[in-house]
Amino acid sequence: MTTDTENRGAKGDLLLEMRDIRISGFSDERWHEIIKGVDLTLRRGEVMGLIGESGAGKSTLGKAAMGYAQPGCKIMSGSIMFDGIDLVAASEADKRALWGSRIAYVAQSAAASFNPAHRLIDQTVEATVGHDISSDSEAKSDAVELYGSLQLPDPDTIGTRYPHQVSGGQLQRIMTAMAMSPRPDLIIFDEPTTALDVTTQVEVLVAMRDIVEQFNTAAIYITHDLAVVAQMADFIKVLRYGEEVEEAETRKMLAEPEQEYTKSLWSVRALEKPEDKSSEIVLSIKNVDAAYGNTVKVLHDVSIDIPRGRTVSVVGESGSGKSTTARVITGLLPPMSGSIEFNGETLPGALKDRTKDQLRRIQMIYQMADTAMNPKQTVGEIISRPLEFYHGLKGSQKHKRLVELLEMIELDESFMDRLPGELSGGQKQRICIARALAAEPDVIICDEVTSALDQIVQEGILKLLLRLQKEFGITYLFITHDIAVVTAISDEIVVMFQGEVVEQGLKSEILSPPHPDYTQLLLSSVPEMDPDWLDKLVDERN
Amino acid sequence: MSETVKSYSAADEVGAIRMRRTRWQRMMIDLKKAPISAWFGMIVIAIYAFTALFAPLLAPYGEAQVFPTPFAPWSMTGGGEHVFGTDQIGRDVFSRLIYGARNTIGIALATTLLSFIIGGGLGLVAAINRSWLDQLLSRFVDVLMAIPSLIFALMLLSIFGSTVGSLIMIIAVLDSTRVFRLTRSVAVNVVVMDYVEAARLRGEGLGWVMRREILPNIMPPLVAEFGLRFSFVFLTIAALSFLGLGIQPPTADWGSMVRDNASLIQFAQYDLTAAMTPLLPAGAIALLTVAVNFVVDWFLHKTSGLRDDH
Repeated sequence: MTTDTENRGAKGDLLLEMRDIRISGFSDERWHEIIKGVDLTLRRGEVMGLIGESGAGKSTLGKAAMGYAQPGCKIMSGSIMFDGIDLVAASEADKRALWGSRIAYVAQSAAASFNPAHRLIDQTVEATVGHDISSDSEAKSDAVELYGSLQLPDPDTIGTRYPHQVSGGQLQRIMTAMAMSPRPDLIIFDEPTTALDVTTQVEVLVAMRDIVEQFNTAAIYITHDLAVVAQMADFIKVLRYGEEVEEAETRKMLAEPEQEYTKSLWSVRALEKPEDKSSEIVLSIKNVDAAYGNTVKVLHDVSIDIPRGRTVSVVGESGSGKSTTARVITGLLPPMSGSIEFNGETLPGALKDRTKDQLRRIQMIYQMADTAMNPKQTVGEIISRPLEFYHGLKGSQKHKRLVELLEMIELDESFMDRLPGELSGGQKQRICIARALAAEPDVIICDEVTSALDQIVQEGILKLLLRLQKEFGITYLFITHDIAVVTAISDEIVVMFQGEVVEQGLKSEILSPPHPDYTQLLLSSVPEMDPDWLDKLVDERN
Repeated sequence: MSETVKSYSAADEVGAIRMRRTRWQRMMIDLKKAPISAWFGMIVIAIYAFTALFAPLLAPYGEAQVFPTPFAPWSMTGGGEHVFGTDQIGRDVFSRLIYGARNTIGIALATTLLSFIIGGGLGLVAAINRSWLDQLLSRFVDVLMAIPSLIFALMLLSIFGSTVGSLIMIIAVLDSTRVFRLTRSVAVNVVVMDYVEAARLRGEGLGWVMRREILPNIMPPLVAEFGLRFSFVFLTIAALSFLGLGIQPPTADWGSMVRDNASLIQFAQYDLTAAMTPLLPAGAIALLTVAVNFVVDWFLHKTSGLRDDH
């Protein structure tokens, strides 16, 4: 199969040219322009990074590069020339012949993209065999080679497993192998590492970059994470509201972005809160063991002290027990042993044994604001429920407080009648914050509250949280895997790994060396804006 | 570009604020877009409802009023003053058809409502509870569903007697098994949502969680099921009446009217209109069932988010 690569054009030949692309989507009974006249040129062997906030049109543009418009969208005008083939004029059958053979697509959620009922290797070669590019056995032996070069464990046998038998990072790499199997000319990566932990993200990034380089494949890499795109792309295109903001070579773009908008994207990561020590402990978790269904023990002897009016961040990869700790504190999961002390008294383990006042004092904000609010209740109903429930407010008093709360989160009265579906991601999260504030709590547990948001919106939410802390002296327990968020908001940090606390201390202590092994791994895996960061890291780890 | 960045405000993230339309406005918009089949269904249902409500005013004669000539011919063919003739003991068929709407639809509606209260309530409790109670209820429902419901209903009716009350209770309980299953299966998907957890963390009671957090989010499938279930209950009652164990004479109902006049069908070669007499109540049943299904189909299509191609 390696001979195939010789038949293609040399590196640097024009592969994809999109001119003045306009794409419209249908919603609210009319057509809206999503992409407003964007040009895109890609040569063989080049990797282009497409970045922008959600709704900027990066995925739509990425799919349009395949000549594909998702249901409800239409390519209105413009031309898409892929290696001499006009994809706008091409018939469905012609396009289908290209997809999966010459153009491949790697989606964000590998877990949702695999069929759970088939073995991985069968799915890896499905498109290759289906397009008659090579025979089944050839394709399979090639897939094993690909697995090897993607650094997957046991490349000979991993393909015989089912999707649920491998980890998320491995699945994402197998999906890359699947895209690479027919040796496409172009691969579109649509946020391939967004759903992964930082520690696994590094492995996947390295594997993807090397394999694209090895086969001289052109790629479009769509992401909202600047640091990631800095590692992967040769040049970067910034999109906003369906328009191109600017395009430049990666190094130039990072060093001297020209547009204000790009600069603002770059500066978000600079937010940092000065740490502050406090001796008064408001919430103290003592030697807690917890398990789901009394069999799988998730927390082992966890002890965390949370000082009043400060922010304690709990960091760790998924499965480290961060969220379980939150569930134990809220009473959703009574601990097997150990105790939780709150304001000097011991909290009952189970939710139903706690008093209304105890419940009021600990509030929670969720990662997915979408699912944290009842889609059938208006913003006014959502926020006023805690006011009625805990404080017994009614009528004009309730209304007054409601308006106050909306102002606190920088929204106004006009939002009261809206349903959650009519809000942006950042606004939804603000409403969740207002709901928590309405209870007038001592402690707010924030479970990955910014991870589903764009950088600029993230910054707005973090600033809001900091301001509220200053004004009302609220204590935050901040669960996150994003180290940039940790530096922005926390006073103290707790590092967790496999259900145990690895380290706890002031931010400055934890973030400066020497680190225990796991903290070192975690911190070093956080992508930096330096385009050479990944190379350096790989050298260091080898 | 630079101004937009500097004047960032959370309120501007989603554009122009539209006023929320009132429920009435939204309903009118939906109605305007309803397909012709749905309109047909709604008009038929409206006519049935009107007939049922104003039966005593519409009917030319009383429900059980007996005239001297049994099996009188239709007025259009054989003369006489009975539009659709009289039945085997000389009651006016047209009047009984009108009264039948009231009895059959009324009882079917009451039965369907009751089965939704029982099945829906228990289904929600089972979905929230998810422990031994869920197991107990679900297995009990499995057992009930394993027995053919018509035969089971016949057995229970012969034990408790064929009164309207026991008819409603028995059919409601038997039909609530299906409502239970549907409610439970759609509710378990909502119960795991964060907003339900948030309500529990707030300390809300079971009633609030059921009524305010879960119920509004599972309404569409339940409303659709209500329409279908109504049709089935209606058919069950008609079938039981046909078998003689449903609504008892002299109360007029369509099922027993079919049975009473069924023998007339053999005389089709002599008098076509007389032979159609038993088909009238059967047709009334069929028409209502079709109409209800048209409306349900439209509603399902509207709420399932399926869109026609543009």
